[in-house]
Amino acid sequence: MKIAVCLKRVPDTTSKIVIGADGKSINEAGLKFVPNPYDEFAVEEALALKEKAGAGETVVYSLGGDSAAETLRTALAMGVDRAVLLKSTGSPDGLAVAQALAAELGTGGYDLILFGKLAVDDYNHQVGTMTAELLGLPCITSVAHLAIDGGTIEAEREVEGGIEVSTCSLPAVVTCDKGLNNPRLPSLKGIMAAKKKPLETRPAALGNATLELLGLELPPERQAGRIVGEGVEAVPVLVELLRTEAKVL
Amino acid sequence: MAGRILAVMEQREGALRMVSREVLAAARRLADAGGGAVDALVLAAGPVADADSLGRFGADRVLTATHPDFRLYQPDGFAATISGAAAEYAAIVFAATATGRDLAPRVAARLKVACASDVTALAAEGDAVTVTRPVYAGKALQRLRLTAIPAIVSVRPNTFPPAESGRAGEASTVEVPAFAPRVTVREIKAPAEAALDVSEAAVVVSGGRGLREPANFKLIEELAAAFGNAAVGASRAVVDAGWRDHGAQVGQTGKTVSPGLYIAVGISGAIQHLAGMRTAGTIVAINKDKDAPIFKSADYGIVGDLFEIVPRLTEEVRKVRGTQ
Repeated sequence: MKIAVCLKRVPDTTSKIVIGADGKSINEAGLKFVPNPYDEFAVEEALALKEKAGAGETVVYSLGGDSAAETLRTALAMGVDRAVLLKSTGSPDGLAVAQALAAELGTGGYDLILFGKLAVDDYNHQVGTMTAELLGLPCITSVAHLAIDGGTIEAEREVEGGIEVSTCSLPAVVTCDKGLNNPRLPSLKGIMAAKKKPLETRPAALGNATLELLGLELPPERQAGRIVGEGVEAVPVLVELLRTEAKVL
Repeated sequence: MAGRILAVMEQREGALRMVSREVLAAARRLADAGGGAVDALVLAAGPVADADSLGRFGADRVLTATHPDFRLYQPDGFAATISGAAAEYAAIVFAATATGRDLAPRVAARLKVACASDVTALAAEGDAVTVTRPVYAGKALQRLRLTAIPAIVSVRPNTFPPAESGRAGEASTVEVPAFAPRVTVREIKAPAEAALDVSEAAVVVSGGRGLREPANFKLIEELAAAFGNAAVGASRAVVDAGWRDHGAQVGQTGKTVSPGLYIAVGISGAIQHLAGMRTAGTIVAINKDKDAPIFKSADYGIVGDLFEIVPRLTEEVRKVRGTQ
């Protein structure tokens, strides 16, 4: 089984976001960057599927600047066989990114292409799905349970008030949600081995963006609240405030 | 916008989902700015209850696309139908729900146009649509202009209140083109208890590490039940510890929620949690540590022992709401 995983380098979720001087980007000074958490589920799933099949190849792709190589090395240290860095400044348009990935992945002969369900920086929820559409492949998104039997996938994903069960055949694109697995940590041996694994770099063929980034700003601060009291005696005061002031009860 | 706006409705097994009215409200906002019109599109296997109410909530026309495979979501069939009808529209509006988040990018990719996901504000600017959307789980807001036609957006639940506007809601049909069903949705399994989703509920009551052990979530469930329209949420710490399902997690690697009322119980308020709930209307925090960061984001706080405070609050809410 030949599996591709697409991985994005993102600021750690514990980061405080500061807007850059251009008013359109974040100030990266002092920020810690990590592999997108949802993409780690995709990496783990690829490794587990290859181990179960007993044969195959796993390849990890990232679209980004030189620093994304470090993120790719993390996946190699987890056990992925090789990596490809598609050099680009990126785009706020998910379709432009999907076009670059589709151009690359379309000729790879992959049985399965895995993404995280979203990247925790831009929250677009779209690059994996768009890549599948451009490739003409079936796609199931936000998958929290995946079973592959021969050439058929059965997947479960959370929908409002239930679990949606879907099937499709391989080759396919799947985007991964939390709950799918517990990603392994790179071992020391893995980290050493990763240094010798192939990491190719080539330019990304981004599509033309049809949306324009106008600006990035911090959300308005919430008005400072107040402590209405201590202990159980404060409950009636709170209920009164919720009824008469906030009018939510 | 002067042209027509397509508002994609959601139904499940023949019943319209409430979020559809919010999609209409968002579409109406684009149309009203330039004398445009709104078409509501219902994709279903047969008649849908309440479809005739969509005029009241802003649809100039109510279009139905009927196909035997449309009892549940059919990704390829829905995408083929919408992209087939797209040439008539200046913009297409989806709900940023499990279905809409899956469907909107499919349609955008087929039409080779951009898609703005999870928008919380939108406006027409000539033929273009400008949107505001939270990024970094709400730690920042991004403003975008969509220049391709049609503009494709999905709107976050609980951000565009439904509004009655007394439109004709004239009934019409849309042809379902031939499509290859690459993905088949077999069924929707209900969870053990039919639960409201945190992303759509009007009230969310969330519990954290302060509850000490999973069984104590009963207190949170009882408080949520007392409201009658509340969902149970959880912090990342307790989801990672396996106390609750990931679907309940509020925060940057969980869900971003915008209920009218958010109650955080025994949650200290890590930055990634605060990011997920900061757009709630009113925030209440109950925590034993008066210095917990959650109190800085809360409109109302009570400092003290949650094991005493929550049962009392449940009792008071029951009295007000008349619930059992």
